[in-house]
Amino acid sequence: MIRLLHNVKIDWLAQRRYWLIFSSILMLAGLGSAVTRQLAPGGTGAFNLGVDFKAGTLMRARFNQRPSEDAIRTALEQKGVQGALVQSTDKPNEVLIKVPQQGSGEQAQEQAQVDVGRTLTAEALTSLGPEVGGQIDSTDAVSAAAGRALRNQAIAVTLLALVGVLLYIGSRFEWTYGAAAVITVFHDVLVTLGIFSIMQWEIDLTVIAALLTLVGFSVNDTIVTFDRIRENLRLHRRTSLYDLTNEAINQTLSRTIITAGLVFFSVLAMVVFGGDVLRGFSLALFIGIIVGTYSTIAIATPIMVWFQQRLEPAKRTTVAPAGGTVATGGGAVAGGRGAKSKSAARGSQRTARS
Amino acid sequence: MKKNILRRVIIIAIVTIACLYIVLGPRRRDAAGALQWPKANDFTYAGIKRTLSENIRLGLDLKGGSHLVMQVQTGTYLKKLTEDLAPALENAAKSAGYNVQSVTPNTSGGNYQVVLTAADASKLSEIRDELPKKIDLSYWTSSVSGNTVTWTLPQGAQRTLSDQAVDQAYRIVDSRINAVGVAEPTLQRHGGQGSNQILLQMPGIQDPERIKKLIAGESRLELMKVVSPPNPSPMKTYATEEEAKASLGGQVPPNRRVLPYSERDEPTAAGETATPDPNRPTQWVVVESPAVVDGSELRSADAAQGSGGGDSNYEIDFTLKPTGADKFGAWTGANVGAYMAVVLNNRVESAPFIKSQITDRGQITGNFTEQSAKDLALTLRSGALPAPLVYLEERTVGPSLGADSIRAGVTSALGGLLLVILFMVFYYRGSGVNAVVALLLNMIITIASLVVFDATLTLPGIAGLILTIGMTVDTNVLIFERIREELETGKTVASAVDQGFARAFVTVIDTHVTTIVSSLFLFVFGTGPIRGFAVTLILGLLANLFSAVYVSRTIFIWILNRKGRRAETLSI
Repeated sequence: MIRLLHNVKIDWLAQRRYWLIFSSILMLAGLGSAVTRQLAPGGTGAFNLGVDFKAGTLMRARFNQRPSEDAIRTALEQKGVQGALVQSTDKPNEVLIKVPQQGSGEQAQEQAQVDVGRTLTAEALTSLGPEVGGQIDSTDAVSAAAGRALRNQAIAVTLLALVGVLLYIGSRFEWTYGAAAVITVFHDVLVTLGIFSIMQWEIDLTVIAALLTLVGFSVNDTIVTFDRIRENLRLHRRTSLYDLTNEAINQTLSRTIITAGLVFFSVLAMVVFGGDVLRGFSLALFIGIIVGTYSTIAIATPIMVWFQQRLEPAKRTTVAPAGGTVATGGGAVAGGRGAKSKSAARGSQRTARS
Repeated sequence: MKKNILRRVIIIAIVTIACLYIVLGPRRRDAAGALQWPKANDFTYAGIKRTLSENIRLGLDLKGGSHLVMQVQTGTYLKKLTEDLAPALENAAKSAGYNVQSVTPNTSGGNYQVVLTAADASKLSEIRDELPKKIDLSYWTSSVSGNTVTWTLPQGAQRTLSDQAVDQAYRIVDSRINAVGVAEPTLQRHGGQGSNQILLQMPGIQDPERIKKLIAGESRLELMKVVSPPNPSPMKTYATEEEAKASLGGQVPPNRRVLPYSERDEPTAAGETATPDPNRPTQWVVVESPAVVDGSELRSADAAQGSGGGDSNYEIDFTLKPTGADKFGAWTGANVGAYMAVVLNNRVESAPFIKSQITDRGQITGNFTEQSAKDLALTLRSGALPAPLVYLEERTVGPSLGADSIRAGVTSALGGLLLVILFMVFYYRGSGVNAVVALLLNMIITIASLVVFDATLTLPGIAGLILTIGMTVDTNVLIFERIREELETGKTVASAVDQGFARAFVTVIDTHVTTIVSSLFLFVFGTGPIRGFAVTLILGLLANLFSAVYVSRTIFIWILNRKGRRAETLSI
């Protein structure tokens, strides 16, 4: 039998301060990037939003003989297309052309830019000459109103899905578990979005799908650990929640590593072989898997333990070993059980749900 | 135990064979419409590929095609409704003998109101009660204050009317697409209630420009009386819009409209052909509102070649329905010599004078090419859109790009699958085979359910499949790790397997139900790609409960049966 991480005994919760600091730095860095980019004059905005969320037209053009990106840009400018972005893709005869909303005023808000971007670009490509053979292969044109609607919908739907998670976990476990799981998912989404802001990777609808996948994966991971904690609570009624949580993380560690590792490598395959159509999607998943696995240990369990200790004093079952003194108020119990006393002192409250 | 396992094996076999048939079985029908049995060549590589592409409905992002989201401008519709109501109310009040000072529509700031000012305030209540007998005011609420009556369209009625307008636009768009002959279009209401959106998907169409124009073509035809001395004196036209308005005292009353007119020739009698001259300047004419008849009274409209030569010499001949013909006949009979404006989309296309009574025929002349005349006739036939359509989203995917996406998605999914299989067999040995069987079966069942529910596989759908693979592996790893733990505590193999499954099952249910619950939210409230993701994920997770728990358990039972209850070792 090959064994990975057998019988590990790591005091994960002891490191919670460092986890918290690390996560805070990550989130603050993302927030900082978003805020400075948003406020910087002439900047790109908090995120590099794709046309799905920001009005404009994204086209993929194919050529028989690909001209230089500058030549394409010049041709576009001659047709009056302002601020076009021309990027090469992973195919030699193909370019991506991103045209922001054309024109101004009420008309451009709605109708014009959905039509004009493509029409003008098609004209510009034709003007490059027949031997170049430029053709638009695909278009995504979204008006400002539709972009707004798509963005609001993506946010609303993600939040609703989280409410569903909160309700289910709340009913199966305790509401503190549900709250901890939801906070963890928020953390994961924020960190991932922060990295997208820092790296200026483009966010489009497929990235949203990846974020939803990451939510599913992260919650799944968290529940596996919570389930084990619940089971341990039933089996060992006299051990502290702190110790039981550590034990649960250690018991499920090999499963966590194997599952996360396998999914991680599958996603890596997608980053490598998926091509640039799937790039945003696979990058978001790639980061999400790492963050989602880390956050179960570093965020979900410490928060849950903390909630149980601080926010539910009424439900507390203080476990005072023989000879121990019970200190009220701070939630700390001085334990007298030799090797376990250190951790017991950190919090021996536990809440068992029958 | 023996009986139990037999039943399990039968259930699994039936599910597997049924799903395999659903995915790989050809759907060919013979002449009588009965399903044909698969032939030998259906099981070659090419045959399987063909059947797969027939059975699995691919989204536009994978297949290529156009995706258009349009919005019905219901605000414009309500505005027109209000503006049309004003002269109707005025006429009705006057014909009932009331002294009315003015009737003005007010459509600012999301309010739709018509304000009637009476000379005699004491008659107000009477006017308010009398007018609904002549005009349908069922959607409007009225209120009296000072010497005015105000009819207001409340929010609820606005929504109802907007919804009706969207429905009507939907039917018109539907008939227009059918008339153009787009293959397998999908048309549906889009977005939530009140978004007033319609989604049109057309597989295989890469450049939707012409269809877009055709669908959104307003083609509002109106036949109106021109305010002008009758023939033989020339028609009264004005050089500028201001001049035309000045002739009405500076302000256009509700029963008049000022419209642009590109004069192509001297006015001729209806039926005579005009010689187009596009270089003449635009002039303005004053017409009487409402129209004598409008596009809703059309029975037919067809493109026809005019008598002159040239490419731009097409015209549209139309006939009117009996009701329209009655109105038109009566009006033309009473107005011989008057000028009639053929107004298309608020523009006077031609203005012949009435030579003699006409009942049900007419034509629209102008600078039409064959194509534009045909397209216009088509949009006229399908009826006028109640309000303009605006395109909010346009997405087109070329077939080669779609194929690239499929290849990339399938390659990476297969790569991931292979990696998982290798690891599971390496790490869990014999039991790893269990996981592999569960994984493959899960994929087959998920795809079969997609086929059965006629769900569309999109790029986000492939993402859902990848998450499903992850969840399947996770379920197996959870169970196997648990069995290992139980073995370590010194249990017999049989009871370790029992306990392992029982304990892990709680966790598996929790993880699956959580994800299904959140996916249900995505399915109910999401659209397009988000929905596609949710559908594959939900189906995949349900399949997983069967394959990773039930099937895997059965294989363990079978192994233990062969070894006997006292088995000492388990390859895990």
